[in-house]
Amino acid sequence: MSFVKMRDLRVAFDGTQVLHGIDLDVAKGEAVGLVGESGCGKSVTWLAALGLLPGKARVTGSVTLEGQELCGASRAALERVRGGRIAMIFQDPSSSLNPVVRVGRQITEALRIHRALEGDTARNEAIRLMDMVGIPDARGRFNTYPHEFSGGQCQRLMIAMALAGEPDLLIADEPTTALDATIQAQILDLLGTVRDETGMAMVFISHDLGAVSHICERICVMYAGRIVEEGPVQLLFDDPHHPYTRGLFDAIPRLDGGRGRLVPIHGTVPDPKNLPQGCTFSPRCPRATGFCRDNLPLLNPQPDGRQLSCIHPVPVYGQRPQVLDCRGSAAA
Amino acid sequence: MTALLEAADLVRVYEVQRGLLAKPAFVRAVDGVSLAVSAGETLGIVGESGSGKSTLGRVLLGIDPAAGGQVLFSGKPMPARGTPEWRKLRAQMQLVFQDPLAALDRRLPIAEQIGEPLIIHGLVAKADVKDRVSELMAAVGLRRDQAERYPHELSGGQRQRVVIARALATEPKLLVCDEPVSALDVSIQAQVVNLLRDLQDRHGLAMVFISHDLKVVRNIADRVAVMYLGRIVEEASSEDIFVKPLHPYTQALVSSVPVPGRRLKSRIILQGEPPNPAKRPSGCAFHPRCPMAQPPCRTSIPALRTLESKRAAACLLLDRSEVPLVT
Repeated sequence: MSFVKMRDLRVAFDGTQVLHGIDLDVAKGEAVGLVGESGCGKSVTWLAALGLLPGKARVTGSVTLEGQELCGASRAALERVRGGRIAMIFQDPSSSLNPVVRVGRQITEALRIHRALEGDTARNEAIRLMDMVGIPDARGRFNTYPHEFSGGQCQRLMIAMALAGEPDLLIADEPTTALDATIQAQILDLLGTVRDETGMAMVFISHDLGAVSHICERICVMYAGRIVEEGPVQLLFDDPHHPYTRGLFDAIPRLDGGRGRLVPIHGTVPDPKNLPQGCTFSPRCPRATGFCRDNLPLLNPQPDGRQLSCIHPVPVYGQRPQVLDCRGSAAA
Repeated sequence: MTALLEAADLVRVYEVQRGLLAKPAFVRAVDGVSLAVSAGETLGIVGESGSGKSTLGRVLLGIDPAAGGQVLFSGKPMPARGTPEWRKLRAQMQLVFQDPLAALDRRLPIAEQIGEPLIIHGLVAKADVKDRVSELMAAVGLRRDQAERYPHELSGGQRQRVVIARALATEPKLLVCDEPVSALDVSIQAQVVNLLRDLQDRHGLAMVFISHDLKVVRNIADRVAVMYLGRIVEEASSEDIFVKPLHPYTQALVSSVPVPGRRLKSRIILQGEPPNPAKRPSGCAFHPRCPMAQPPCRTSIPALRTLESKRAAACLLLDRSEVPLVT
């Protein structure tokens, strides 16, 4: 059974729709990647689900956590979920930590709120968590301030703090983007280890397809506020069907590739205030026809286990693309 | 062929004030770097934050003064910063920054910004500026009707094109690009990388491409220099660096890049963090994190030595052939 279930989640800021109906399930213990370019709504999806968007955002649809509705839930109910059931870490760890509070106290605060630990019990548990995320000399550094830690270590502290509530799901929003290459590798490794040890589910939000593939079993590719392709990592990497997914792979130079010319995706991401008619990717899509420009494809299950929203998918040898039903552009 | 740009033993020292009354500390951000770039060639410079790669770019152009060493451009020493000769020479070497929005003036339409270097350096008659700007805009793939737009009306990729068009206005021989695609989305990155490569083919530009993104450097650079704490630790052809890295740091760096579709196995994961440049470790600066460090690494600083044809590395272990390095 799904741990988190989203149905037709929509978000609008000041009347501009940025999320156009997301359906997404996360099972217990599963790692799901959300991939897409800036502005595609990958972070907004989870900020909306946890009620973390500013007041001007209008959120509709349904997000349930083991049957409990979160969308429009009371602040008290959400606060029991946030940190305790679902924890979130962000791109910039140093701005997520309070600069004037000692790190040990920031972690014990989370332990007090979510697990009612006090005094020495809390202190020892905090030190254990700091140890677990790989802070050297955790006991000695318990009483230091965030500025005494490097960026990678601050991200480790954020992970320790997120683990303090023993959540069932960790949302990691671009957790390695701001870090150096060798530190990125360390944090990815840590996230993998933490998952193995705690068995918690994870949602990994990133524009880095490589990083996502290291952590996740399943990937959702998002474009302009919609999921356009979803499926197991291997399936999507070996054989992407949506022209956008394919385009993302072609646009990234490969470390094991040569110096061949890159294949960019033409044009730019559309302005949410001014989305194109029909399939929102059609103006940039090399395979688009007039039909694509008039009709919005739905995200439909495919025989091989993926979901795809495309009328003219990238052809696969020996397999005919399935004909998809469409709704008129007026419904968009 | 003689190199267009040659740097020998460059040093750049920053003074860091620690506390109100403490004595200032000195940080050698660039510490004895020598390199050469020929016309039509791209030299990639990679390294982590604090490795001195951006500082090196600025010292190469003379924007930051060097505390030691020498830069030769077309075989002649670089004139002192701020002198009329230096300004004149700067027309032949241009810098492209990471953040195009910060590099552009928000209050000027882009055509005016692209035309500015033409007027400053007096390269074309006033009446011809407009035509030349149109030419430049076409060369970087901007539409004619975008000429009167302001930077905020353009997307990130288009802004970077404006910065590149402006850099090309003076027909430079050398382009120093400091993280030119790092702030762009992947689909746009490829557009800008292709653009830089086309421009290089067309004009025979020499390029110094500074980036922390190894995948992009792999694609665009002919040769790559790897920096660690202000020094070049390895330099070789792009092929050699990425397929057969010799220095333990390069090996770790190359293996740290997540490759799509491959899981986290058999990667070299370094312990610890890059050291603080103000507290440089003794001996080889990499030894505290190096999985292969030997006792001598703590005391002697390895020199960048030529090992085989056209590649060099700075590692004591490579000096002693009996130690197996490539596994």
